[in-house]
This record gives sequence, C-alpha cells and structure tokens, in this order.
Amino acid sequence: MEETISQTGSSNRMKFILGGALIVAAVIYLIVSSTQASAQYFLTIDEIVTKGDEILDRDLRISGAVVGDSIEYERESLTLSFTVAHVSGDNDELEAEGGLAKALHDAVTDPNRSRLPVVYEGPMPDLLQNEAQAIMTGRLGTDGVFYADELLLKCPTKYEEALPEQVSNP
Amino acid sequence: MIANLGFGALVLTFIVSLYGIGAAFYGVRQNKPAWVDSARNGMLLTFPLLTLSALSIIVLLVTDHYEVAYVASVTSRSMPMYLKVTALWGGQAGSLIFWSWLMAVFASAVTLRKWERDREFLPWVIVVSLITLAFFLALNIFIENPFNRLWQFPSGQVIEKMFQPAGSTLFYPRDGQGLNPLLRHPGMIIHPPMLYLGFVSFVIPYAFAIAALVTGRTDDRWIRLTRRWTLWAWMFLSLGLVLGGRWAYDVLGWGGYWGWDPVEIAAFMPWLTGTAFLHSVIIQEKRGMLKQWNMVLIILTYSLVIFGTFLTRSGVLSSVHAFAQSAIGPLFFAFIGLTFVASLSLLLHRWNDLKAKAEMTSMLSREALFLFNNLLFIGILVVSFWGVIFPLISELFIGQKVTVGPPFYERANGPLMAGLLLLMAVAPLSAWGHSTIKTLGRAVWKPAVVAVAVVVAVIASGITNPYALIGIFLTALVIAVTLYEYWRGAMARGRRHGENFFVALWELIKRNRRRYGGYIIHLSMAMLAIGIIGIEMFQSETQDTLSQGETLTLGEYAMTYDSLAVFDAPDGRNVARAVVSVSKDGKPVGELYPRRDFFYDSQQPMTIPAVRSTLEDDFYVLLVDWEEISTSSATFKVYHNPLVKWMWLGSWLFIFGTLVAAWPEKERDLAPVRTRAAASVKA
Repeated sequence: MEETISQTGSSNRMKFILGGALIVAAVIYLIVSSTQASAQYFLTIDEIVTKGDEILDRDLRISGAVVGDSIEYERESLTLSFTVAHVSGDNDELEAEGGLAKALHDAVTDPNRSRLPVVYEGPMPDLLQNEAQAIMTGRLGTDGVFYADELLLKCPTKYEEALPEQVSNP
Repeated sequence: MIANLGFGALVLTFIVSLYGIGAAFYGVRQNKPAWVDSARNGMLLTFPLLTLSALSIIVLLVTDHYEVAYVASVTSRSMPMYLKVTALWGGQAGSLIFWSWLMAVFASAVTLRKWERDREFLPWVIVVSLITLAFFLALNIFIENPFNRLWQFPSGQVIEKMFQPAGSTLFYPRDGQGLNPLLRHPGMIIHPPMLYLGFVSFVIPYAFAIAALVTGRTDDRWIRLTRRWTLWAWMFLSLGLVLGGRWAYDVLGWGGYWGWDPVEIAAFMPWLTGTAFLHSVIIQEKRGMLKQWNMVLIILTYSLVIFGTFLTRSGVLSSVHAFAQSAIGPLFFAFIGLTFVASLSLLLHRWNDLKAKAEMTSMLSREALFLFNNLLFIGILVVSFWGVIFPLISELFIGQKVTVGPPFYERANGPLMAGLLLLMAVAPLSAWGHSTIKTLGRAVWKPAVVAVAVVVAVIASGITNPYALIGIFLTALVIAVTLYEYWRGAMARGRRHGENFFVALWELIKRNRRRYGGYIIHLSMAMLAIGIIGIEMFQSETQDTLSQGETLTLGEYAMTYDSLAVFDAPDGRNVARAVVSVSKDGKPVGELYPRRDFFYDSQQPMTIPAVRSTLEDDFYVLLVDWEEISTSSATFKVYHNPLVKWMWLGSWLFIFGTLVAAWPEKERDLAPVRTRAAASVKA
C-alpha cells in the first residue's frame, strides 16, 4: 500500500494520463479498424451501372425506387426479386425534384432511368410496394444482379396526391 | 373554433415565455425580486396554456376534424379512440407540442417546489427552461403548425395554411390518412412519450448547471438538487429505448430488437452521456473532483437531447424510421450550436472555480475506476456518433458516400461494453481514495471463483465461442459481486445490530438507497447483457414451406402447420391467421398463431409474429406466405432466440432499481452544505 502513497503527484498524473491515453488509443483503434472492416460504399443506381466491373467484390449500399410490376416472390425458396429505378442520393436534389414521394414516382414512371435487378432471400417485407424507396446492402453479381443481404424500405406519405380523390363538402 | 383556440393558446404561451425570459433576466440583474416573481408566474402560466393547446389538438383528433391538416395526416375514421388520442405524438407537429407541454410540466414542477430554498438558482433555471421552451414553440408556430387547415381554391388546388387565404374555402377531406399500421402497437404508443419524458427531464439538471455557472455557486449544490431529476430522466430514457426495442422485436419481424439505426443511436447518445453523468456526479459529491467534467457531461447531454429530438423528427439520415423531411433542420442546428457555444463559454469563464480540491492518487481507487467508466461511455458515444456521421465525413473527404452498418457498431462497441461490465464488477469492491491490486484481489476472488465456475459449466454444456465465454464470465462476475455486496453488507449489519439477515438486508438498503438501488440497476444491466449475449451470439433460424400436417424442426423445437384462416376484422383489417403446433424435445408445448394483417385504408400488410417465450429461449414464428384459397400449404420463417426474455425482465428490474434509488428521502441530504469540509465528513 505504501508504495503508491509515497509516489509524487507528477508521476501519479503520468499514470493517469497513460491510462486515459490507453483507452483513447483503444477507442481510436476500434473505430478505424471497424470502419475499414464494415465500410459500405453508398451508390446510386446510375453509379452502379456506369462503374460496372470495378465494384464487383465490394460491399455496397444502394438506394432506388421499387418498380411495383417487377416484384416477384418465389415462396418455396423465399426468394424475392424486383427491379429498382435510379433516384438521387442527395437530399437537396430530391427536394428540388419536389420531395421524396414525387422523385420516387418519377423514377418508376420514367422508362429512361437506369434500372437494376435485385434478388433478396427472406420473408416478403411488409413495406415492399410500388414506389417505395429500397435501401439495400449487398454485392453486385457478375450477372449484373444485385444480391441484397439486407433490405430496408421507406414509404413516404403521399399526402397531397391522396387528397383530390376525397373531395366533399359536408 | 377549436383550432383557433389552440393556436391562440400556443401564441400566448410563446409571448409569455419571451416575457418570462426578459423579466427573470432583468429582475436578477437589477436585483428586483418582483420581476423575478413575475417571471415565475409567467413560467407557471405556460402549463395551463399549453395544456389548453394540446387538448385542442386532442379534441380535433378524436372528433375527426380532417380539415385540419395534422389530423388528416395522422388519423382516420376507422381508428379506435385511444389511437386517435395518442396520435398527438404520431406526427412531427404534434410531437413538438407534446415536447413543449412536457417542458412546461417539468418547469412548473421545479418552480412550485422549494422556491425559497433555491432562490439564487431559480431565476436562471427559468431563463434556461423558457429559452428551450420558446425555441420549440417557435418551431410550432412558424414552421410546423399543428393547427394548419386545408384550403381549396376554385381551381381545385388545396393548400395548408393557418388562416383563410383570399378566395379559398375550407376543404374537408372525407377521411384521414391514418396512422401507419406498423406504429399501432402498445410499445410504439408509449415509446415516444417515454423517450420524450427522458429527453425533457434532462433539461432540468442542465438548467441548474447553467444556473450554477452563472451565479458562481459552483459547489455540488446544483447536483444535489437535481440528483433525483437526473435519475428519473435516466429511467424514462432507458425505458423509451427498451420499449422501442420491444416494438421492433414484436412488430418488425426480423427477430431482432436493435438495428443501430441512426434514429436509435440518436436516442442512445444522450443515454450514454446521462449514464456517465450519473456516475461521475458521485465523485464530485464524495471527493470534490471532476467538477468541470460533470459540467461538460450535462452540457453534452442537453445538446444530444435536442439533437436526438431533431434526428427523430427530420429525416436527414436514411433510416427504417420514416419521417417527413422538413424545414426545421437548419433551425435545430442553429439552436444546438448557439446553446452549446454559450454553455461552453460560461464553463470556460468559471473553469478555475471548478478546479478539483483533491487529486486522484490510486489507479484502482473507486474514483479512478469511475473515471475509466466515464471514458468508456464517452468512447461508445464517439464510436456511435462517428458511425452516424461517417457518410457525411466520407463524402466531404473522398467525395464518396461510405456508410457503416451494424457490424461496425458491434465490433467497435463490443469491447468497450465488455470493459464497462468489468468495471461494473470490480468498482463496487474498490475503496475510495486508495486501492491496490492486493486489496482489490482480496475482495474479488470469491465472486470470481463463482464466475469461473459458471464459465466452466457453460463450456461443459458445449459452448466454445470465446466472445460469448468472455461475455458470460463478465456478466456472471457482475452478478456475483453485486449479490456478494448485499450479502456482505447485510451480514455485517446483522452482526452489529443483532438483526436477522432479512431485517438487516432491508435496513441496509433503506439506509443506503442510492447505493443499493444502483446495485439493483447493475443487476438489471447484467440481465440485459444475458439477453443480448443470447440473441446476438446464439440466434438460429430456418424457413420452409409446409403442407398441412407437415413439420419443420429447429434445434430442439418442431413445428407443425395445422391450418390457416383468412377473415375480415371489424376495424378495417383483413387477417390471415395460421395455426401451428409446437413441440420441444418431442413434448407438445402449445399452439402459436402467426398472422398477417392487411389494412384496407393504407393498403399495407403487417406481419405479426407469434412467440413462445420462456426464460430459456423464444421460439419466434413468422407467417411469410400461403397458398391462396386452398391454404393447403404455407411458408414460415422461424427464429430461435435464446435468453432474450432476460432483456425484458431486466428492464422491469431497472425501473425498480431507479425507484429504490430515487424515492424521496428525508430532506437531510438536501440541507444547504456550503463548505467542502462538511460534505467530506458526510462521505
């Protein structure tokens, strides 16, 4: 017990600085190595189509508009396939297009947009529907199909569009 | 008209808040107590005014006033009454009102209690609370007005405005949009208010901290005054997080409870700083150290609370939680930036007054271990924050958006959380002031033997995953040490006072409620850890299409598809409900009913898993698809989630632990303690 008490203040401070520095170094190491191990490039459909081969073995995260007519579900094998159309990955651009709901709608109805077939294995997600925004992680296969491991869906409320159908004056 | 009444009350509250800020400021600066009292009355007035405003929205919601845009966007005629009421926080505008209302409740509660005692702090508490309140009210009034109505022009165009634009008439939609069916779950109905309760109640300790900085009363008085507030805030925030996880587990149907989604992290970050704060204030009270650090933590917590409210309400980051994009983002950032800079400059101004009186001497002393605990919490915070903003950083520096998913958070936070478990196990045994390997070793070896025995038993049962074994060892150590502390304390007391064990245990806890309540919370965290280890490391799954009478197996479980019925429910749903019988080790354990609801109004399906939950494991069944009409076959996805129930049980325990720690005590501990010496004698 005595040996610690007898130590001077400055060597004590050194110990704490060292201990703290160790934790800080550990945190930095964990952040850097984990970032490298799990980085996923966020690409739009346009970028995937133009980059093609150079991104074949990379973990990707992509976002696109679900084309409703293309949804197919093979329930024996739980294999879901559908096509997504290009939407911008930039919030400002989406706003300029008139909001997410409008951008998704335009993407699906525009035949000139780049499109990408997607295959996903698992239960059919409840939110998968025409003009939903799909955010997927996975890899691009050599066959040009995107194999998704994870599939998130966002359905922006189409509030203004829904209104005109309900006109009435009580 | 109700909408006008509600809006009027809102505007009036805003004016009263601005007046209160000015009056309190002027009164305290010019030393005119009448002005401060007037500000206090203003603060008290915000509560009835905002109640009126919130009630107006509720009345509009339950009486189907769809000409009000907010009502039309979050309710529909087919929704039951309780969902219409809770739709108050179902959308952005309403939840901001709800936030403000809670703020008014808490602010009034503070001013009603012990005005005389806290006279020097309270003017500044009023200023801080009312500035926060005024900010949220301004958002509601100028940008996200829940009372906006729909107006139609002769051209057919419909717009949203508070007051009638020239040439337009009020527009009445026949029905509303309705609440997203995914959100129609009890967990989701109480999850936002719990989270908000936690968020808003952290404003109070922050307000007192700022008051302490402004007045120069930088001893630990502000901490003592707000100690219980902080505990309640912590409990509500924790509960909000757990309920969100429970909702995900019950509704989202991926067999998980937490996805490291940016919005989840947004609520998790103030929890991290808040938890660190709860621990480090003890050091300030007992040893007079870490004063500057505590200020930093509470300022960070406040900023993260506002940031969390903003993230959960803006949609800047891609997330499973769908939110409306809105114009409030830049304002939130401006507010966070301003308050953060102002708070930090105040802190720097008082920096020297906050210097510690003592210095830490021993690396293994209780206070040093608390400090490392704080560093680990902040480490987890930095990791989580990095993950959230990494797409923005990478875009800035390499011109390419790169995201990190759950593996990043698990990999980086896992070791830090293990470190926290280790500290949770060791710190209660270490002494204040000075501890060595020898003294600590003497205290810890008995519980450590128990923990090693648990690990040996687990290995004998065939589990060899090293990460799981480390986790199990640490968790067992926490539990063993904590129970050992109760046992040791009760035995010592029993000997001293001649009480039997249970009486001694009761008295022990009663007399040191903060400490032993805290240990109950430690036990609950160990239970959470058990559940997390179970589901994260030992989850298994399978999927199959079964004809009627066919069986699938998963581990010890077998599941047979019996039948499926499709029918319309009275509340606008079409329900497909399967009946499966489940057996474990060949013994039948009952039927489960996984189903898929289809909501006609929103045209959206919702898969509802059926779960058989025991302490040992959960058997979790999803109905994926089925043969139309004949229902001769159906497809299922099945998860086996070991030990996950411990998580939900653990959350009951932390509520109990918080109650023990935070229940009002006799006022002795709040009597003004002016000098450091008096406080250290108590410690």
